Amino acid sequence: MPQATFRIWTGAGDDAVFKDFATDVSEGMVVLDAIHQIQAESAPTLACRWNCKAGKCGSCSAEVNGKPRLMCMTRLDTLDLSVPVTVEPMKSFPHVRDLVTDVSWNFRVKKSIKPFKPRKPDAPDGTWRMQQADVDRVQEFRKCIECFLCQDVCHVLRDHHKHPEFAGPRHFVYTAALEMHPLDTEDRLSHMKNEGGIGYCNITKCCTKVCPEHITITDNAIIPLKERVVDEYYDPLTRLFKVFTGK
Amino acid sequence: MSRVELKLPQLRPLGATQRTDAWWIQPVLTLLGLGAFIVYSTWAALQGTHYWVPGTNYLSPMYSPVLFDSWQIAPASSGHAWFGAWPDWIPKNLWVLSMTPAFLILWAPGGFRFTCYYYRGAYYKAFWADPVSCAVGEPKFRGTHYRGEHKFPLLLQNIHRYFLYLALVFLVFLTYDAIISYRFLGDDGQKHFGVGIGSLVLTINPILLGGYTLGCHSLRHLIGGKKDCITDCSGARQGAYRGVSCLNRRHMLFAWLSLFWVGFTDVYVRLVSMGTWTDIRIL
Ligand code: SF4
Ligand code: SF4
Ligand code: FES
Ligand code: FES
Repeated sequence: MPQATFRIWTGAGDDAVFKDFATDVSEGMVVLDAIHQIQAESAPTLACRWNCKAGKCGSCSAEVNGKPRLMCMTRLDTLDLSVPVTVEPMKSFPHVRDLVTDVSWNFRVKKSIKPFKPRKPDAPDGTWRMQQADVDRVQEFRKCIECFLCQDVCHVLRDHHKHPEFAGPRHFVYTAALEMHPLDTEDRLSHMKNEGGIGYCNITKCCTKVCPEHITITDNAIIPLKERVVDEYYDPLTRLFKVFTGK
Repeated sequence: MSRVELKLPQLRPLGATQRTDAWWIQPVLTLLGLGAFIVYSTWAALQGTHYWVPGTNYLSPMYSPVLFDSWQIAPASSGHAWFGAWPDWIPKNLWVLSMTPAFLILWAPGGFRFTCYYYRGAYYKAFWADPVSCAVGEPKFRGTHYRGEHKFPLLLQNIHRYFLYLALVFLVFLTYDAIISYRFLGDDGQKHFGVGIGSLVLTINPILLGGYTLGCHSLRHLIGGKKDCITDCSGARQGAYRGVSCLNRRHMLFAWLSLFWVGFTDVYVRLVSMGTWTDIRIL
């Protein structure tokens, strides 16, 4: 059976280093299989997070050959195995150990976003009526599995450490899903502009490129939100229009 | 939002990455493509001559609309000027640069492209390395001082929709230029219908520009994106929203095609006007 070398980031804090592990590879294997095999064979303490092995739980996020990926969805036959394959933890979150990072910051940010607030029910039985065409747009955003790969690759977090002022692409997707929902009545634009720091996003689309659910994050969530923020805060004409029409 | 300071990995220097693919190709291509266009269009705008072809209605898109004819061609006239010859109150030179009709108008399409969401993303990467490519380290000096479009000066990019309004007007002018390019001066001194290669070149130009302008993110927002319930709008508006969204998905493609074609159309008009190329008449 052919062998491949995996160069894995191991350890914690300042002592963490790359270590090489060789293991057998066979057809159909994904990176997560190789990590599990290495755990079983030579590194029983190697820490990594995973759950579903089906690309749906969003736990196994890491960087394979420098690219943010789900380990369980990265097939070995898509990688060059003649050289070591690097596997690292995500870079935008505090490192815990080996391949594990502390992503809890994301959950705190999510809590700061106002939840869904539907209008009064349309029918006496407490139900609503919506047109399919209106919900179609937000449907895409609901595919998010919270893998935080988009947060990992976003340079505003990764290279500029703007965590206290910037919510990140995952939370723009979340906000867009609520804000554009046909039933929702809440206003999250001031939050987007200020605490969410959507202006820090310079639309360089790395988040869109890495999203395993293929959500068109930048074009369909971030830019439409930016445009709504422009309407509300920067465009003198729409502001004037609102004053006159009272809308 | 008061969030606890996180202990994060060290910032990495420019170009630092574990990526093994050729991540630098795309920014380099953008740099070369946009760079070449900027150099050529600046040079062409500085010329002030050969922006139309006598005997035809061909007019370079970089000079359209011609408000005043260039002072360099006086006393001749291109026949395209709205207000006649170059007036005395506009200086002929600005420091060492000669002023041409192109300078009076190019700021509008230039500003439109400069503030376009697609180009912004592309030149932030290629020209400012911010980030140079996804998951690749940036110049260290920017670090946590990064301001993005959150603060001045890049906050001004939010002006884009105003440039869109201008670009829509320019699209009408360029469509008009395409239509009149099918009329040629005959031996009898009258204008007659005809088709030259130049007519086709000038026709493709507004088609590609239309594909680009009508796929603009700001237009998509204005036409329907800002509504949570698009189905409340008229059928025509819903159709327009779908159309704009469809072009929007190909915005990058049209951005490049239209950019190239504007440049090429200017080259074509210029070389035919100089007599270097002969415009073949099909009809
Ligand atoms: S498009 Fe914006 S949110 Fe997405 S990675 Fe780039 S800067 Fe971050
Ligand atoms: S938007 Fe995509 S990349 Fe970001 S957390 Fe959700 S699924 Fe992951
Ligand atoms: S293990 Fe669930 S997404 Fe990879
Ligand atoms: S977003 Fe590209 S032209 Fe408006």
